Amino acid sequence: MTTKPDANYLFRVANLARVEGEGALRIRVRDGEVGEVELQIFEPPRFFEALLRGRAFTEAPDITARICGICPVAYQTSSCQAMEQVCEVELPEELRRLRRLLYCGEWIESHALHVYLLHAPDFLGYPGAVELAKDHRDVVERGLRLKKAGNALMTAVGGRAVHPVNVRVGGFHRLPTLSELRAVRADVARALDDAIATVEITAGFDFPDVEHSHDYLSLRPANGEYPIENGVIVASNGVTFPADDFEAHISEQHVARSNALHAKFDDVDSYLVGPLARYSLNYDRLSPLARAAAQKAGLGRSCHNPFRSIVVRSVEIVQACEDALSILDSWDGAPTASVPVKPRAGVGHGVSEAPRGILYHRYQISDDGTIEAARIVPPTSQNQPAIEADLRQVVESFIDLPEEVLALRCEQTIRNYDPCISCATHFLDLRIERE
Amino acid sequence: MAATPSSARTGARRRLPKLAVWKFASCDGCQLSLLNLEDELLALAGEVDIAYFTEASAATKPGPYDLSLVEGSITTADDAERIRRVRAMSKALVTIGACATSGGIQALRNFADVAEWTSLVYAHPDYISTLAESTPISAHVPVDFELHGCPVGRDQLLKLITTFLAGRTPKNPTEGVCAECKRAGNVCVAVARGLVCLGPVTQAGCGALCPSYGRGCFGCYGPARITNVPALAAKLHETGLSERDVRRVFHQFTAAAEPFRSGSETHDDKARR
Repeated sequence: MTTKPDANYLFRVANLARVEGEGALRIRVRDGEVGEVELQIFEPPRFFEALLRGRAFTEAPDITARICGICPVAYQTSSCQAMEQVCEVELPEELRRLRRLLYCGEWIESHALHVYLLHAPDFLGYPGAVELAKDHRDVVERGLRLKKAGNALMTAVGGRAVHPVNVRVGGFHRLPTLSELRAVRADVARALDDAIATVEITAGFDFPDVEHSHDYLSLRPANGEYPIENGVIVASNGVTFPADDFEAHISEQHVARSNALHAKFDDVDSYLVGPLARYSLNYDRLSPLARAAAQKAGLGRSCHNPFRSIVVRSVEIVQACEDALSILDSWDGAPTASVPVKPRAGVGHGVSEAPRGILYHRYQISDDGTIEAARIVPPTSQNQPAIEADLRQVVESFIDLPEEVLALRCEQTIRNYDPCISCATHFLDLRIERE
Repeated sequence: MAATPSSARTGARRRLPKLAVWKFASCDGCQLSLLNLEDELLALAGEVDIAYFTEASAATKPGPYDLSLVEGSITTADDAERIRRVRAMSKALVTIGACATSGGIQALRNFADVAEWTSLVYAHPDYISTLAESTPISAHVPVDFELHGCPVGRDQLLKLITTFLAGRTPKNPTEGVCAECKRAGNVCVAVARGLVCLGPVTQAGCGALCPSYGRGCFGCYGPARITNVPALAAKLHETGLSERDVRRVFHQFTAAAEPFRSGSETHDDKARR
C-alpha cells in the first residue's frame, strides 16, 4: 500500500482536512534535497480591504466579522478598537470587561473546536471527531459541551455565536440582562471543570520530542491580565511596541529560497503568534487554576514544542473560563451600552488576540467617518513562514518514511498551528508571487 | 428536492443517506453552524453518513451524495467548474447562507471595478485569478433549496436535514422580519427611535434578532418574497439619508440579490435624473 518516494518528486496533499478553510500542501524534492515547501491557499480572494473603502466607519465590525466565521469577535474587536483610537474614544471599564467576556466565549468555542474536533483525532489515531466518538464518546461529548458553553457565552453577550450582532464601535447595542448573564454562568462554571479535565486528557497524549526556535510575539496588557482583547505587543527578543508601530516592525520580505513574500518581524528569522507565544510570554499572567493545570500537565514557563500546542490551547480554555467567571461574578451593570463616537479624520490601529494570535487592523477615515483605506493582518498570515519552516524540518527529518506516513506528519504539523485559511486568504500574494 | 432514497426507508439493509459539505468563497461560518449542533451532532452522525466534510474529517468518500450542502459564492473560473462537478455528484443540492444564495458581502465587487480592487489589495494583480462578479450558486447550476442567513441558523440547518431525511419538502418563511419582530414583542426601532431597519423587506428566519438587540435589521437573510424596496428607499431618503447612505443600507451582505441590487440602483438612477 505504501510507496517509497523517489529522489525527485512532487509531494502534494490536495485537500487539507480539519483546518478552517481550503488549503493544500506542496513540497518539491530534488535529488533527495527538499526544495520549495508551500502551504498553498486556494481560498479565492474576497477583497475585504478594497470593499471597506467608501463604507462608514461604524460598519467595519459587522463587515470584517465576515472574514472568518470561527473568530468573528476578533475581527469585531480589532476593528472597533482601531476606530475608537482614531476617534479618541476610550471605552469605560465596564464595557471593556464586557468586550473581554464576549471574547472569552470565542476563545472557549474556537479552542474547544480545535482541541476536540480538529486536533485530538491526530493524537488518538482517527480521521475525525465523529469516528473518534464511536470509541470515545465521552471525550467528544466533553468537547462539544465545552464548545457549547463558549457559544452560549457569545450568544448571551453578542446575540448569536457566529457573527454576533450586538457589537458596535463604542461598545454594544444593548447590555445583556442580568438574567441572561445568570443563565450562562452555570454553563461557564461547568465549562471550567471540563476545561481542567481537558488539560489532563491532552497532557496524556504522546508528543514527538521536537522543539522549534521561532521567536514569539503576543500582546501584553498594561493592567496585569492575560492577553485577550488588548495590550501592547511584546516579543521574545525583548522588543516591545504599541499597535501603532505594527507595520514598522512587521513587513513583507522577499525570501529568495521560496521566491515568495513572507511576513517578517524586524530581522528575526521566523516568528509565531498564537497560544504558544501568548503562554510563553505571559505565563506570569495566568489565572490561578490555569497555572495549576499547566503545572500539573508538566508544561514549563514556556513551550516550544508545536505538538504540545494542544495542551497550551487547553490551558487557555481554563484561562478564558476563569476570566469569564470573574467578569460575570463582578458584573454590576453599566451606565450605558455604548459611548458616543464622533468620527474624526485620521488613522487608527487596533490589535487583539484572536484564538490563533495577533490580529491587526488599520483604518484611515475621513472627518465624516468614511473609510478611505484599510489594512488587515490576520494571525495565520504571520504564522505561515514558521509553519513552512516546520514543514521543511519534518520533511528533511522523515524523508525516508513512506509517503502516506509523511503526508500525515505534515498535516499534523500544519494542524498544530490551527491555521485559519479563510482569514489568511487576502494574503494570497504571499503564495504565488514570482520574480 | 429529491425524496429520501427509498433504500433508507424500505431497503433490507439500511443505507444511510450520504451527506457532503462543500465550501466556495465564504467565511466558514455556515458550515461551522453544522458543528455548532453540539447536542445533535453525534445523533445526526448516526442518521446520515457524513461522507465529505473536510473541515470535520480527513476521511472522505466518493460520490454520488444524497444531499450536498454548499457554502460560499462563485468568484473564480475554477470554482465555476467545480460547482458543476458537485452538482453532477449530488442528488439534492442545498445552498447554505448569504454567500451561496446571493453572492455574499464579496458581491460588493459587482458594483466596482474588480481590476482596480485587485491592484489595491495585491502587489502583483496579474497573479490573481478572479471573476468580475461574485455570483450565487443558482447562477451556475440548478439548486434544490436555498437556506438564507449570514450565517444560517443552526436550528434552520438541523430542520433542513431532518426534513430531507423524512422525505419532505423544506419551506422558507414567506413573511418579513417585521412579522417576527411584532411576535417577539419588540418596540419598532424604526418608528420609535428612527433607526434604519431593513425589517420590512427582509426575509424572516432570524427571529428579529437585531431589533431585539436594539438595532435595525441589516438584511442578512436577504429580500423577503414580497417587498417594496423603492418605497423603503424613498422613506429612508425622506429621513435625511444621503444617496450614498441609502446605497450602503441595501448593499450589505446580500447586496447582489434582487431587489436589493436594483432597488438601490433605481433609487440612484432616480436621483441622477
